[in-house]
Amino acid sequence: MSIVLAATAGLLFAVGTYLVLQRKLSRIIIGLGLLTHGANVLMITAGRRGHSPLIGSAPTDELADPLPQALALTAIVISFGVTALLLALAYRSWRLSDDDEIHHDDGPGPSTDPSPTDPAAAEAEGEGDEVPHGGGAR
Amino acid sequence: MIALLAWSALVGTVVLVAGTRLDRVRPGLAAAVAVSAPAATLAWVLANLAGVNRDEPVTTHLAWMPAFGIDLDLRLDALSAVMVLLAAGIGVAVVVYAAAYFDPRDPATARQLGLLTLFGGAMVGLVLADNLLVLYGFWELTSVTSFLLIGDRSERTEARDAALQALLVTGTGGLAMLGGFLLIGHEAGTYSLSGIVADPPTGGTVGVALALILLGAFTKSAQYPFHAWLPGAMVAPTPVSAYLHAATMVKAGVYLVARLAPAYADLVAWWRPVVLTVGLTTMVVAGVRAFRRQDLKVLLAHGTVSQLGFLVAVFGIGTDEAISAGTVMLVAHGLFKASAFFAVGIVDHQFGTRHVDELPRLPLFRDRTASGWLLSDRLAVAASASMAGIPLLLGFIAKEGAIRAVIHDAPPALAAVAVGSALTAGYSYRFAWGILGRDASRPVAVDPARVPPSRVLVLPPLVLGALTVVGGVWPATLDQLTHSHLSLWHGFDTTLLVSAAVLAAGAVLFASRRALLAIGPPPVDRTEGLRPALHRLDRAAERVTAITQPGSLPTYAGVILFTAAVAPVWALSRGPGWPGLPRWVESPAHLVVAVVVGTAAVGAAASRRRFSAALFLGAAGYAMAGLFVVQGAPDLALTQVAMETLSTVLFVLVLRRLPDRFGWGGRGESTMTVRQRALRLAVAATVGISVFVLAVTMSAPQPSTPVSDEMVARSLPDGGGRNVVNVILVDFRGLDTLGEITVLVSAAIGAVALARAGRRPGQGSGLPPLTRLARVVTFDTSVRVLFAAVVMSSVYLLFAGHNEPGGGFVGGILAGAAVSLVYLSRGIVGVRALSRGRPWTVLGAGLLLAVGTATAPLLWGRAVLSAAYVKLHPPLLGTVKVSTATVFDIGVYLVVLGLALMMFESFGDDPSPEVAP
Repeated sequence: MSIVLAATAGLLFAVGTYLVLQRKLSRIIIGLGLLTHGANVLMITAGRRGHSPLIGSAPTDELADPLPQALALTAIVISFGVTALLLALAYRSWRLSDDDEIHHDDGPGPSTDPSPTDPAAAEAEGEGDEVPHGGGAR
Repeated sequence: MIALLAWSALVGTVVLVAGTRLDRVRPGLAAAVAVSAPAATLAWVLANLAGVNRDEPVTTHLAWMPAFGIDLDLRLDALSAVMVLLAAGIGVAVVVYAAAYFDPRDPATARQLGLLTLFGGAMVGLVLADNLLVLYGFWELTSVTSFLLIGDRSERTEARDAALQALLVTGTGGLAMLGGFLLIGHEAGTYSLSGIVADPPTGGTVGVALALILLGAFTKSAQYPFHAWLPGAMVAPTPVSAYLHAATMVKAGVYLVARLAPAYADLVAWWRPVVLTVGLTTMVVAGVRAFRRQDLKVLLAHGTVSQLGFLVAVFGIGTDEAISAGTVMLVAHGLFKASAFFAVGIVDHQFGTRHVDELPRLPLFRDRTASGWLLSDRLAVAASASMAGIPLLLGFIAKEGAIRAVIHDAPPALAAVAVGSALTAGYSYRFAWGILGRDASRPVAVDPARVPPSRVLVLPPLVLGALTVVGGVWPATLDQLTHSHLSLWHGFDTTLLVSAAVLAAGAVLFASRRALLAIGPPPVDRTEGLRPALHRLDRAAERVTAITQPGSLPTYAGVILFTAAVAPVWALSRGPGWPGLPRWVESPAHLVVAVVVGTAAVGAAASRRRFSAALFLGAAGYAMAGLFVVQGAPDLALTQVAMETLSTVLFVLVLRRLPDRFGWGGRGESTMTVRQRALRLAVAATVGISVFVLAVTMSAPQPSTPVSDEMVARSLPDGGGRNVVNVILVDFRGLDTLGEITVLVSAAIGAVALARAGRRPGQGSGLPPLTRLARVVTFDTSVRVLFAAVVMSSVYLLFAGHNEPGGGFVGGILAGAAVSLVYLSRGIVGVRALSRGRPWTVLGAGLLLAVGTATAPLLWGRAVLSAAYVKLHPPLLGTVKVSTATVFDIGVYLVVLGLALMMFESFGDDPSPEVAP
């Protein structure tokens, strides 16, 4: 680990975080991609640098640490799966609302819709009418 | 004993579930089945009574969780026997009565009968349990079943409120009691109730434990100030109320006091003052309330609270005489209270009212009407006389014994006992007078002769009433059970004087009832119970939720990331300290990578166009591949390059459908205020800096040997491969890989489901299709050649991966890249023509292969993912060692390939007429 690589990881995390905190889903996807890169930089530089971890290609103690590599490889592939899923989400959001912006959830309120056939629930709903639903900031 | 409890549980459940069907087979069958449980219990306890009275308790032991000291220890001794007699005996009466009381065609009837049986069984378990934690379990079972019984008519608001209130009050007390049990069990070193009573632990902790246990007992037995739930529970049907009040539930608290009092009344200084104060306050306050009620059932309910206070006080004295007196009182109360409730139930059932003002006048001595009323009336009068403490009835014997015990062992309490008893006598007279319709000012227009109660309805109170009389005239029949010498006549002594004075004072109260009732506003029993408090709690919860769950994704993500960044740094600051800055650069290549990655990252953030942002991300990814090469990770570099290519194709496929610019249509970007932007930047900077600090700290020399040294050493002998990374993936950490490809399959299914939702076959996406490069003949031809070459390479990478750079992941991605070439050339039709298997088939086959390989060793009795080798000699290739790990890797390959196919299936254009370039 050198200062330059540590700073690179820090920068990737900072920019990734900034993008993840946005409202546009496509920006969040890009941000997650950058976060993955940052994490991979951390992982790969945490291990020993050296020759490719192929037995016989070099003396054992000169081989690069294989474990972080296996972890990072997993991370790369998973990241692709996440990207695909989120892009599908963005696409779906765009088809439904012409936008891929993530809106606020509705504030807390009655969690389930009372079915009209249930007199008890209907009654409870009637009682709850005067209760203003404490919604979050919109 | 365990069989008995299991029988109760079984019968209760059967009636609960299938009672209506049983009644359809033959009316009354459900009740007949239900009554078998308390009847069996009753028979069993009667059979064992003789032995128990010789001080030979019946015990049984079933190891349950011996390591925690929790075993199913049951013990039938004298006190338990009395309680079981009450619970089972009155249980039989209640079930018979309920069968006549409820409409058998109503599905609620079977439910109530089943719940009553379960409730009774839980109560029997409670008084038999000798292990405190088992007792607690039964204790809560009675709370839960009573909740269901009280709230059974759930369409009524007051039923729900009353049930909830009962559950909350007794449940809270139960939790306090559990805390007390744990403390006292810890101090005593045993959870055995008999063991603790025989050798009671002492000390400050035990004091706290006892206070908590008493809290549980007081809430259960509706002691002041936790009394409100019991009158509220009056909304339950009368059979339920009768059982609840006379024999179960509320007697549990009394039982617990009776158990612990002999051990602690003398040992703990505050025991007697506290228990007696609570009990007698309850007795007097509830006595006044009962006296002022006009609804006879509510009158009885407050009367029960008052009597429970009396019982708690008498048992709380803790001397032998007091315990004996309390036991007689317990039996007497059970008998007369059940009878009184049955009587109220009968008038309620026949007349539809139980209000003193409205009950029609009933004959007492002349049999003008059906015999049913005559019996019922006399029973009601007998029950209230026993309740008042009139001689020749069991209530008199009980009250005399209790007063005598108080005079001997707790004289200061005599005045309160006398006042409470006078009130009891007063409301008992009012009850008798009222139920006969002698106080009615506006009786309902029903002729009692036309609605006589059925014989079955009168039978249970008749039996109980007979027992009250037998016990009152020949009290010696109870001697053995209560370990005392009861008699009707003790000579002229203080006790008799007090008894007489109490009865006279009660008569005076009764005579002046009109004047007394006129004092103050008429009492109201609020049925809403805890509703206002619960409502406020809900509101508070809503406000808290509105703060903690504002519904904003950036807020959630910001809080999570900020915490994740700050917490480790805070932990580090308490650690060994700052190791100092490492070298600036280790290799010139690092500098190049850093510059490219950094520029690309900033570019991705600053870009206003979706597409350029995605390309910047891709650039950063390729630079990462460079870093992997420098670090000596060829597998990673290969994977990264292939993945980045595939990602770029994916971005192209999706983003072309989205608007080019982020701030499209005047929404989005510009709405962010300066403050919001500053906050995001601050969080981002914090995360970045803390990652930098962590990275530098991590680079400090590690004293320990990395686990990967072992992996390197064992890769060839144990894993059979020279590529350590691949051996880790498919062998050492194969289970992780299995999980990972499962995640990939889920993500792929999710993506295709989202993308294809609402799309109909044959219907285009409404967008102009991509210009087909297929028109360029040279491209089309070269794709055909390239495709074959790339697929071959991917297969090579797959099989070589165990010993050379490569593996299932890389191979799969490369195959995916080959598919993307086909897509560019011939569109989705071309991709679909590649194989007959659909993408999900490929995904499923891959996952199945991997899981199958992983679990197959189980068939040979070996651990999951154990590897095996076969040496093959195929022509041309020489000797090839095929490992099961390779088969596993093929599964991985198929999953990744399936993911790529899925991608085109999801986002590729549907076949539509081509557009000229």
